[in-house]
Amino acid sequence: MALLTFKGGIHPDDGKSLAKDKAIVEVKPKGDLVYPVSQHIGAPANPVVAVGDRVLKGQMIAEAGGFVSAPVYASVSGKVKAIAPHLNPTGGTVNSIVIENDGEYEEVEYPAVRPWEEMTKEEILNTIGTAGVVGMGGAGFPTRVKLSPKEPDKIDYIIANCAECEPYITADYRCMLEIPEKLVGGMKIILKLFDNAKGIFGVEDNKPDCIEKLKELTRDEPRMEVLALKTKYPQGGERQLIYATTGRAINSAMLPADAGCVVDNVATIISIYEAVAEGRPSMERVTTVSGDAVNEPGNFRVPFGLNQAELIDAAGGYKSEPEKVISGGPMMGFSMFSLDVPITKTSSSILCLTKDEVAKYEPTACINCGRCVDACPSRLIPSRLADYAEHHDEAAFTKHEGLECMECGSCSFVCPAKRPLKQAIGSMRKIALANRKKK
Amino acid sequence: MSENKLKMSSSPHIRSKVTSSNIMLYVTIALLPASAFGVWNFGLSALVMLVCTTASAVLTEYIYEKLMHKKITINDYSAVVTGLLLGLNMPPTAPWWMGVIGGIFAILIVKQLFGGLGQNFMNPALGARCFLLISFTSQMTTFVYDGVTGPTPLAQLKSGEMVDSMSMLIGRIPGTIGETSVIAVIIGAIFLILMGIIDLRIPGTYIATFVVFIGIFGHFANPEVGFFDPQYITAHLCGGGLMLGAWFMATDYVTSPITKKGQIVYGMLLGILTGLFRLFGGSAEGVSYAIIISNLIVPLIERVTLPKPFGKGGEK
Repeated sequence: MALLTFKGGIHPDDGKSLAKDKAIVEVKPKGDLVYPVSQHIGAPANPVVAVGDRVLKGQMIAEAGGFVSAPVYASVSGKVKAIAPHLNPTGGTVNSIVIENDGEYEEVEYPAVRPWEEMTKEEILNTIGTAGVVGMGGAGFPTRVKLSPKEPDKIDYIIANCAECEPYITADYRCMLEIPEKLVGGMKIILKLFDNAKGIFGVEDNKPDCIEKLKELTRDEPRMEVLALKTKYPQGGERQLIYATTGRAINSAMLPADAGCVVDNVATIISIYEAVAEGRPSMERVTTVSGDAVNEPGNFRVPFGLNQAELIDAAGGYKSEPEKVISGGPMMGFSMFSLDVPITKTSSSILCLTKDEVAKYEPTACINCGRCVDACPSRLIPSRLADYAEHHDEAAFTKHEGLECMECGSCSFVCPAKRPLKQAIGSMRKIALANRKKK
Repeated sequence: MSENKLKMSSSPHIRSKVTSSNIMLYVTIALLPASAFGVWNFGLSALVMLVCTTASAVLTEYIYEKLMHKKITINDYSAVVTGLLLGLNMPPTAPWWMGVIGGIFAILIVKQLFGGLGQNFMNPALGARCFLLISFTSQMTTFVYDGVTGPTPLAQLKSGEMVDSMSMLIGRIPGTIGETSVIAVIIGAIFLILMGIIDLRIPGTYIATFVVFIGIFGHFANPEVGFFDPQYITAHLCGGGLMLGAWFMATDYVTSPITKKGQIVYGMLLGILTGLFRLFGGSAEGVSYAIIISNLIVPLIERVTLPKPFGKGGEK
């Protein structure tokens, strides 16, 4: 059978061999931990501790600021040192709770866990919400909200995004190999919420070991299926993944639920399992540290709030001076000017590169070669959209469906003229979306 | 702290290794078999012509950009491609200065005055060739082979004579420097396809449409020819500039549609126009005019062939 996939996309060097075979290593923080109150989409969380308070590991330090919001938990025990704005990985400054680690990791006593099989749907959802679980692939959308569509009976598929199509990142890969039963367990919990749904694990075929492992674990699960996907970026893009696995297509104005789908990535589903089956709130994740500038690339179980410079030390420090450090993957991640930023719920990776290959290229004239058109998974004409953007022609940009762009960066990657296509389109999209809201 | 040295930029942070100058360099390489065959077939005068057109194209680009205080872009090989293509479209017997005029016209008038690389609305080499055809009709249409001035196989075909398809395939026939050898052109085309520079969409549709057109209407142009006469079609495919045009000039990125459907429409238009010009036009050849006329229609073709986005019908 032909592998499941979508039209368009690119095949960058995946760089995964650097960290692929490195088992997950736990990292204990040394310095202060910083918890931004906004690590998710939606209203910021409201701090419920004061400067000077002693907090325990697993204690809620900020409560959800609304329905679309998520609480924040301490990942160490210690004293609240400050509640002040702090730099975060995406370059902004966010109000953050700073905790001085006392090194004792004294944990709160969690209430006794009831078997989730006995819990009602409402209880499960509340547990996920209270645990502060958000989409950990990058968007940070509160999971409780995602799992509460208007008509849960009309959800046909729960899709586990096991594609991990960004180059270099291997965190989900390691989780699938090391703790696949938590992933399958999490899927069971989600399936309990949706009576008519089937669970799908969409895995790129460059991870045959994961496919095999998941198939083995789900052999006796009639409601689950493991599907091999063609290895191609952005196979893990929400719209692409839904299309590849179900043949249903949604545009930018639709939600996955409109196509009867709910998509969660590996880390999120594991976090759901830990919240519901183990009673532990969302306070740590697996993060990949990779790139040619670090001594020992690897995968690390890190507490939220950990200073990213500390994580680099855990990976053996720098082998050579990095020219660029990226939070996330090389296709959609953010370049950082300082590593004095915390690991947040969405920090899937830190990538340290000795050479910034983008800097050496000077954009030249478009030769109309159409490579961006071939690569665009949204089936747009990126070179023209970038022209409209550069001329501030919002009307033409919108007319030619510029808002359908999901900023995957495939066009910029393939452009032989090295034009910053995605960058131009992305800026124009922000303007167009803001103007649309005003109306 | 060393962190201040960290470079900042918006994602993506990686790029493919393909650059515009790579692409143009590959096209230049792909033209070498046809160039080499032309020089072997026609002798030193062909070499002089290729050098004149290429050098004048590159030099014009350099001087214009220097005078206009623009960035010098001769390193991107695009002027080399234009110059070489023009040379391959010249009769080997044309005087060298005609090649120089063509090179200057291609770069200065057709390319730079419209904004340089990527902005020209028609293929510069063909624009210049057609300019020379109109200005110096007799020198541009006189073909000498083995010391004898005679008609090209296409002209023979038009007047109802039979031609030898085998020598047309190899290229031992009169014609322009680069168009005579189908084999040499195809070797270059295969190289470009393997390197991912061109695909079959435009040249494939062009040639297929042309074959159908000639197969049907060949009979009306010359009642002695039957419908889909294989020998007649083969002669048309191997004769004139069809192969050079289909593989190297119709595929020019700048002057062909960027939309996939548009490329199909464009290929069909090329096939029909070439057939019309060859069968019912005043001259035996029609590839150059078919291509530049289609170039002009590209914006219109694109307008009606815009793709549907993903999620709005374009995902399939």
